[in-house]
Amino acid sequence: MLELIIFVLMAAAALAGAVAVVRARNTVYAAMGLLATLLAMAVLYVVQLAHMVAAVQVIVYAGAVMTLFLFVIMLVGVDRHEDTRETIPHQRRMTIGLVVVLLLVIGFVVVNGSFDWIPVVGAPADPQLTNGTVQRVAEELFTGWVLAFEATALLLTIAAVGAIALASTRRRREES
Amino acid sequence: MSLVVTPGWYMTLAAILFVIGAVGILTRRNALVMFMSIELMLNAVNLTFIAAGRAIGSLDGQLAVFFVLVVAAAEVVVGLAIIVAIFRRRQSASVDELADMKG
Repeated sequence: MLELIIFVLMAAAALAGAVAVVRARNTVYAAMGLLATLLAMAVLYVVQLAHMVAAVQVIVYAGAVMTLFLFVIMLVGVDRHEDTRETIPHQRRMTIGLVVVLLLVIGFVVVNGSFDWIPVVGAPADPQLTNGTVQRVAEELFTGWVLAFEATALLLTIAAVGAIALASTRRRREES
Repeated sequence: MSLVVTPGWYMTLAAILFVIGAVGILTRRNALVMFMSIELMLNAVNLTFIAAGRAIGSLDGQLAVFFVLVVAAAEVVVGLAIIVAIFRRRQSASVDELADMKG
């Protein structure tokens, strides 16, 4: 019952935030909507015993990534008018069509799909099995997934170097 | 009879969030808002990973989310750097003005 209450509240918060991202004219409001969605997701992760992922979500996403977003919004400026002329013909109508199709597919799956591939519907028999504490996740991460983990280290290094190269103001050869 | 929140509920929520993110990509022209919509879609996928992992009693779903988070962080860093670099040159963050590579 508790999970139901939390789910309903957090789902409402997440959906409201998501709609704010898409609808808000002011980019800062869109960022705040995304922040609300991210925090609601973190709560839903905790409900599902993904403690470590929830903590990472708050620190990395709600903390670092959103700060970066707000910094860039500050640099780019918030009060620029967004040009909403359609450069692709019928773009808005096609979007509405796509949304209707996707929602119909989701509705079909929700109504007809029985999620048969899931052996246990509801909470698993042993919740400890998926209790994602830091210790459990680290054990898995540094044994079976260690190669992928090292690859992410490489990826982050490359991304950092790339960002520095892109952001450096010194122009190489003053092109164009 | 008490209502139990099944994995299907989480996946439905995730699917709806994904659709909203897709609409953001398709309708908005501001590169920053499009980026936020991408983050929205990535988060929706993360929610399905965690719900599915919990349902089958495996920790692998959470590990997949961890890797998605890392890739998303790298993507944001490079993407925002590109947006800032473009803005410095063009004074605009609208994707419609970036059609120079059109053949």
